[in-house]
Amino acid sequence: MLEIKDLHVNVHGKEILKGLSLKVPPGEVHAIMGPNGAGKSTTSYTLAGRAGYEVTKGEIDFFGEDVTTLAPEERAARGIFLAFQYPLEIPGVSTMNFLKTAMNSQAKIRGEKELNAAEFLRAVRAAAKELNISEDMLKRPLNVGFSGGEKKRNETLQMALLKPKLAILDEMDSGLDIDALKLVAEGVNKLRSPERSFLVITHYQRLLDYIVPDVIHILAGGKIVLSGDKSLALQLEQNGYDAVIAKAA
Amino acid sequence: MSEEAAALQELTEQKYKYGFVSDIESEFAPKGLNEDVIRFISTKKNEPEWMLDYRLSAYRRWVNMEEPTWAKLHYPKIDFQDAYYYAAPKAKEGPHTLEDVDPELLRTYEKLGIPLHEQEVLAGVEQRRVAVDAVFDSVSVVTTFKDELAKVGVIFCPISEAVHSHPELVKKYLGSVVPDTDNFYATLNAAVFSEGSFVYIPPGVRCPMELSTYFRINAAKSGQFERTLIIADAGAYVSYLEGCTAPQRDENQLHAAVVELVALDDAEIKYSTVQNWFPGDENGKGGIYNFVTKRADCRGKNSKVSWTQVETGSAITWKYPSCILRGENSVGEFYSIAIANNYQQADTGTKMIHLGKNTSSRIISKGISAGKAQNTYRGLVSINARADGARNFTQCDSLLIGDQCGAHTVPYIQSKNPKAILEHEATTSKISDDQLFYCLSRGIPTEEAVSLIVNGFCREVLQQLPMEFAVEAQKLVGLSLEGSVG
Repeated sequence: MLEIKDLHVNVHGKEILKGLSLKVPPGEVHAIMGPNGAGKSTTSYTLAGRAGYEVTKGEIDFFGEDVTTLAPEERAARGIFLAFQYPLEIPGVSTMNFLKTAMNSQAKIRGEKELNAAEFLRAVRAAAKELNISEDMLKRPLNVGFSGGEKKRNETLQMALLKPKLAILDEMDSGLDIDALKLVAEGVNKLRSPERSFLVITHYQRLLDYIVPDVIHILAGGKIVLSGDKSLALQLEQNGYDAVIAKAA
Repeated sequence: MSEEAAALQELTEQKYKYGFVSDIESEFAPKGLNEDVIRFISTKKNEPEWMLDYRLSAYRRWVNMEEPTWAKLHYPKIDFQDAYYYAAPKAKEGPHTLEDVDPELLRTYEKLGIPLHEQEVLAGVEQRRVAVDAVFDSVSVVTTFKDELAKVGVIFCPISEAVHSHPELVKKYLGSVVPDTDNFYATLNAAVFSEGSFVYIPPGVRCPMELSTYFRINAAKSGQFERTLIIADAGAYVSYLEGCTAPQRDENQLHAAVVELVALDDAEIKYSTVQNWFPGDENGKGGIYNFVTKRADCRGKNSKVSWTQVETGSAITWKYPSCILRGENSVGEFYSIAIANNYQQADTGTKMIHLGKNTSSRIISKGISAGKAQNTYRGLVSINARADGARNFTQCDSLLIGDQCGAHTVPYIQSKNPKAILEHEATTSKISDDQLFYCLSRGIPTEEAVSLIVNGFCREVLQQLPMEFAVEAQKLVGLSLEGSVG
């Protein structure tokens, strides 16, 4: 489904990713772990198509299509979703309005019919209920004055409605206490399905206690240096990145 | 970022949607301005002596006046002799019914999306009940729903007609809020105004529908000088909307309007403007010079006036809709969205003059600058010594798009009453690349993302517009900023 081949990426003229290769089959949850500066955020932004993340070599295939040069909104419409480490605030725009605009924009790009007001309302209420999100939060301006946990749950809600085929979770756990983390992870787990893959990008092992991955990749120096099952996370926890990476090299 | 900037640049070059010219045979006054031209206009309108005298006295004063230069606006000196002060579509004489109107004119309004056929409006699925006065260059084309309004005593007609049909009201109120001595442009308007709407709401009447005037400048090299006079008698209520468009032309055209509102005891006037004059092209060529004097006199106790404006057009905007809060407990409100893109310059704001006791005012201004535009909020809050219990709240927010535009806030606050309560808040922000990317990553393309963010920024003001106009205004906000982010 997602296949990254020998990806090299420059940011502000500096090479950050240096030959990253990765395959994520449908329905699987893969985690990318790595120390600070390994290229974790660069990976997620590059996959989502952010301007300024220049691919100098290699490609990103999504369901067999080369999406390397596609605009972010085109990728979104094809089913790539990025849950932000720090979701942005948009004053004056309610979560409801934002969601409707996003869903309809994607439908338009895909050449599908846009939802009418009633259909949209039904969909958003059902998803909010499933994720225990209050009606009040839907009416508030997007992420404005939200707590860290609320912001992340809002990302989950967006994911539930946009129904991506690949969800990239960028440091989902940052800024969350353990209770909030559990709540967010619970939401994410509800969205796991055989048709949906996840790429969980994290520095810490603790998130993987709640969102249990099928495969763990270790990213260091701009490439994957080691892949393995979830026991790899425990090794990291015990020995630290340096030791594990040194052993891999 | 450069990629985003390029995409956006391209979009900025979007053409003005209402830039077409209607091919209509027109009648002009001789070019330039002198007493003969004023007599010509007055004769054309078949005016009584007193009206001509009013114009001539204003003209004689104007000749010795100087253009104001204090605004933060830069433009070449205007040659007031190089314009036509009267242009009218040639039409049959007699009362205006739709059958008398040149079909080309009706097509123009159709293109602008303004319904003039009452039957269609009434039969339409949309519940759009708006009485419309359509002004084309210097004359009113048609006013709809006049009969229905007359049943409740509401007078809604072209001002040139009111001069004949209701001279006592016109004499009493014309120039009573904006005197012909007021300022350069208001004096010019008093001399040459040719059309505009007149509204009178009798005591205790709540106007049963929205009233609306659409102004269209069509003829080349012609200015438009409309005059609007609205009187809400004791306990009356009216909501009024004006809309403006003009063809796309290389030269600059002058628009110098005067709007006077009078609210008597317990009366309320809600005045909304969606100003979409041609703003000039992406290189700053052409566009309307908009020098407008709008003022409301809250003459009666407990009276209230709300100005709401969405300013997206014009090359130059010089406009300060104001409230004189004379009556005890009177309320003045000013809600404004001013968007300046490309080379547009806007210097706009309000004046709240607190004279009466317990008067209150509220100012919410949202300025958006993009491209190479300069956008200035200029506002005065003045509290008279006797205005015990006066209150004002002012909020001025500026949003910058790109790094070549400017936003300026110039608040003047004068309080002669130590017990007055004045609050002023101001913010300046930018649309960040992060915000934009967040939207893109959700599948929302750039221009829609900008529109969404800007509409969010303007929300408090958009909420003040009558529902159906709010939807149009929202689209307009998006349209006028397309491609402006970089």
